Amino acid sequence: MDRFLYISMSGAKETLRAQTVNNHNLANASTTGFRADLSAFQSRAVAGSGYASRAYATNSTIGWDASQGSLLSTGRDLDVGIQGPGWIAVQGPDGREAYTRAGDLRIDPSGLLQNGAGQTVLGEGGPISVPPNTSLFIGGDGTISIVPVGQGPETTSQVGRIKLVNPPAETLARGEDGLFRTVDGSDAPPDANVRLATGVLESSNVNVADAMVNMIELSRHFDLQVKAMRTAEENAAAAAQLLKG
Amino acid sequence: MNPALWAAKTGLDAQQTRMTVTSNNLANVNTNGYKKGRAVFEDLLYQNQRQVGAATSQDTELPTGLSLGTGVRVVATEKTYTQGNMTQTGNSLDVAVNGRGFFQVLLPDGTLGYTRDGSFKPQRTGELVTSSGYSVQPGITIPDGAQSVTIGADGVVSVQQAGQSQPTQVGTLQIFDFINPAGLQPRGENLLVESAASGPAQGGTPGLNGLGLVEQGSLESSNVNVVEELVNMIETQRAYEMNSKAIATTDQMLEYVTNQL
Repeated sequence: MDRFLYISMSGAKETLRAQTVNNHNLANASTTGFRADLSAFQSRAVAGSGYASRAYATNSTIGWDASQGSLLSTGRDLDVGIQGPGWIAVQGPDGREAYTRAGDLRIDPSGLLQNGAGQTVLGEGGPISVPPNTSLFIGGDGTISIVPVGQGPETTSQVGRIKLVNPPAETLARGEDGLFRTVDGSDAPPDANVRLATGVLESSNVNVADAMVNMIELSRHFDLQVKAMRTAEENAAAAAQLLKG
Repeated sequence: MNPALWAAKTGLDAQQTRMTVTSNNLANVNTNGYKKGRAVFEDLLYQNQRQVGAATSQDTELPTGLSLGTGVRVVATEKTYTQGNMTQTGNSLDVAVNGRGFFQVLLPDGTLGYTRDGSFKPQRTGELVTSSGYSVQPGITIPDGAQSVTIGADGVVSVQQAGQSQPTQVGTLQIFDFINPAGLQPRGENLLVESAASGPAQGGTPGLNGLGLVEQGSLESSNVNVVEELVNMIETQRAYEMNSKAIATTDQMLEYVTNQL
């Protein structure tokens, strides 16, 4: 069969994968703290005899969009959003330290601070235990202070500080559970420059207008590839006709 | 079938759930003691098609991989326990909790429920019950012939009876708190029940140990912010439309293949 057909097919297949990434972004347009996936095509030349026209396309997820999502005010004490770059450290399901931007925190029955997805939030010395309190405040640097039950507002005590990190983007990778981890497996050091805003949640940073345009563009690319496959088929049919004649 | 279709389908599902939560909030905008809910979204698993960092030769590795996300899901719908507005009703058996805590009621199956809706009424026997007829725990009975009922900020209920100069104390309204009120399970009728996530109920006198005070003659209105819900609704609708557009586009791509080849 003509190689032309296979090259077009690889283009169509990879475009459909790119559409999957784009649809995933659109599906997560309202997921708190979600970072949009970025995908890109690369051409991979296949060396061989004949004219060097064989370059297959591969699609790869080259990383994530690091831009800030908008901060939406919720007024809840335990909602925090990161202003600027940075991550909140949580304990992943595998026990390793993982990073997320989702700051919809809550307190589990044993008093541990968790995020909305049920992962334990890590402080600078491990999980943070929040005793029963009448008021709770999370400071801009992640310090949690409470007024313990039975005490007046004159007694505030600090119960821990949320570990906020800001490792370079190239040292992080998204895991299969959507959490980010360091590539080499080490824990990122805390960074005092990461700022939290309280009473707000960071929305997903998916730009829906971009994603819609991207969707149309990918769809048209796909049509072109299929058209090329169609042409390959017509060429083959014409050649067969010639031989018959 | 194609993962692109399924990723967009999960988006539709999640937005649909969010719309349900928003409509429920809007429907309960005038429900006493109602606490607004919100849907918590999480991205679904990623499928690794090409591992980043895989060796392309002994000394080189792939700088980028391909991991395809599979969409979104709703992990939880959680209640937001901010204080609702206090509405003055003047009715002596309307009480609101100002601060943390819930009233405890006995459900017909013998279990206990918790509510912020303090629109109590005396039953035929004089026992204080909620609008659904469930008795307040610990029970308080208003004696026959009581002229007036006074409920103090600390929950002490006293009645003035005809022909007596001093009011008689008939009981104390206790309130109950949880370490994680967001973990309580809503069961309708303005009631919440204890769950593994909420922790056990801790009762006490209103005003002590961080519990709220009770206010006679007031009801706590719903904490739903209508404007916020309407904005949520617009956002949900647009996100839903975009996800359905994504399904239509992916479908067109596949249709084009079947038509052309």
